[in-house]
Amino acid sequence: MRADFDELGVEELSRHFGRRRAVSRITFNVAAGSIVGLLGPNGAGKSTMIGLLATLIRPTSGLIRYGRLVVDAGHAAGQHGAALRAAIGVLGHDLFLYPELSALENLTFFAGLHGVAHPHRAALEALEHAGLDARAHDPVGSFSRGMRQRVALERALIHRPRLVLLDEPFTGLDDASTGRLVSRLEGLREAGTAVLLATHDLDVADGLLDAAVFLKDGRLVDTVVQPSALRATYRQLMARPVS
Amino acid sequence: MFLRGVWLVVRKDLTVEVRSREIAYTTLFFAVSCVLIFAFALVREGRAPDEAAPAVLWVAIAFAGTLALGRTFERERQAETLRALLLAPVDRPAIYAGKLLGMMALLLAAEFVLVPLVALLFQAPLLGHPFWLTGILATGTLGFAAVGTLFAAMLVRARTRDVLLPVLLYPITVPVIIAGVRGTALLLEPELDVALLRFWLALLVTFDVVFVTLALWTFEPLMTD
Repeated sequence: MRADFDELGVEELSRHFGRRRAVSRITFNVAAGSIVGLLGPNGAGKSTMIGLLATLIRPTSGLIRYGRLVVDAGHAAGQHGAALRAAIGVLGHDLFLYPELSALENLTFFAGLHGVAHPHRAALEALEHAGLDARAHDPVGSFSRGMRQRVALERALIHRPRLVLLDEPFTGLDDASTGRLVSRLEGLREAGTAVLLATHDLDVADGLLDAAVFLKDGRLVDTVVQPSALRATYRQLMARPVS
Repeated sequence: MFLRGVWLVVRKDLTVEVRSREIAYTTLFFAVSCVLIFAFALVREGRAPDEAAPAVLWVAIAFAGTLALGRTFERERQAETLRALLLAPVDRPAIYAGKLLGMMALLLAAEFVLVPLVALLFQAPLLGHPFWLTGILATGTLGFAAVGTLFAAMLVRARTRDVLLPVLLYPITVPVIIAGVRGTALLLEPELDVALLRFWLALLVTFDVVFVTLALWTFEPLMTD
């Protein structure tokens, strides 16, 4: 059983670590079939926001709506637990792969954990999708960063999630790998998946995003729909003092 | 789904260990070194002090177990794979149970080497009552690993985890070590005191039930930040 939802809603969401406000009263939406960017300098709260949406971190206040399912400070994600996590895919800067296992073993393991009906077959298809079927039996530790990233993306997508959360997915990738990842994200948008992308790479994000949420010091600066000239917009918004 | 999750985690852990053999070799090397050092220190003219063997055996298990616990979660931390496990739609206690069983398998394999080694070096007839010895080792190892797996998972993000793990683990597992040592020592007596042996075994089983239950209950909230 997995949760199904067409929209992710974040309302007045805050997370404090002691006295530090990692994110404070953030509100935005991500609709199915759209790519929303989470932009801001280091320490803006992007990774905390990804952790909150991935159910790894509990909110201090505010709420997250996954369609009809609500997660807030009083109702931690654990209550919806498995059903919610079955609908979310996460790709972080750390790739969440076991270097000692082969690409096929890694994907089969995670497909099994996500309850995919035929894990081995799904893993083979995912590797074919990533263009790595010829290296299926090689240990992931022997792969280049770009190849590992492709396997990690397939790991995040192997259970066909409704919501995909990506934290700095372009870091360390060459142009070809970046291009492949952008194409894959566009494919997800066409397939109706909601994608939230935290990145510093404004050049890559320019033209890819349907909306951009700008964060600074854990607070929302602005939300821009169909952003253009992203770098100029970013500079202008980041220069603005946050209330 | 719970049992499937447990099985997948155990199988993955054992596959990774078979490939790298990192934890098995370091744990075994450390445990054997520990036993050898005690043997050099305590055995005089082929005779060891009475009841030294059970103490040495359990000290070696505790020290080697602590090393193995730290390494197994360090492995999950390096590529942040623990986050991936927590993101999976399986009951989170299943992840704990899988890690616990993987740790048990590793420690029992180490004990398979340690018991004959201690018996040989300390001239102790440890293998005289294999049924009772298996019971004491299995329940004692489960108790130690149950507490250790929970603490090692909790401390995985702490910078001082290597220091904190033994500091937290040893005081809580003192009953396991005492019951393990006393139970094993009874096996070396000429006349087997079955009633007393049952008492120590019952203590170990009680400890196991309490701490496995507690760990399964607390793992989910403890692992959600």
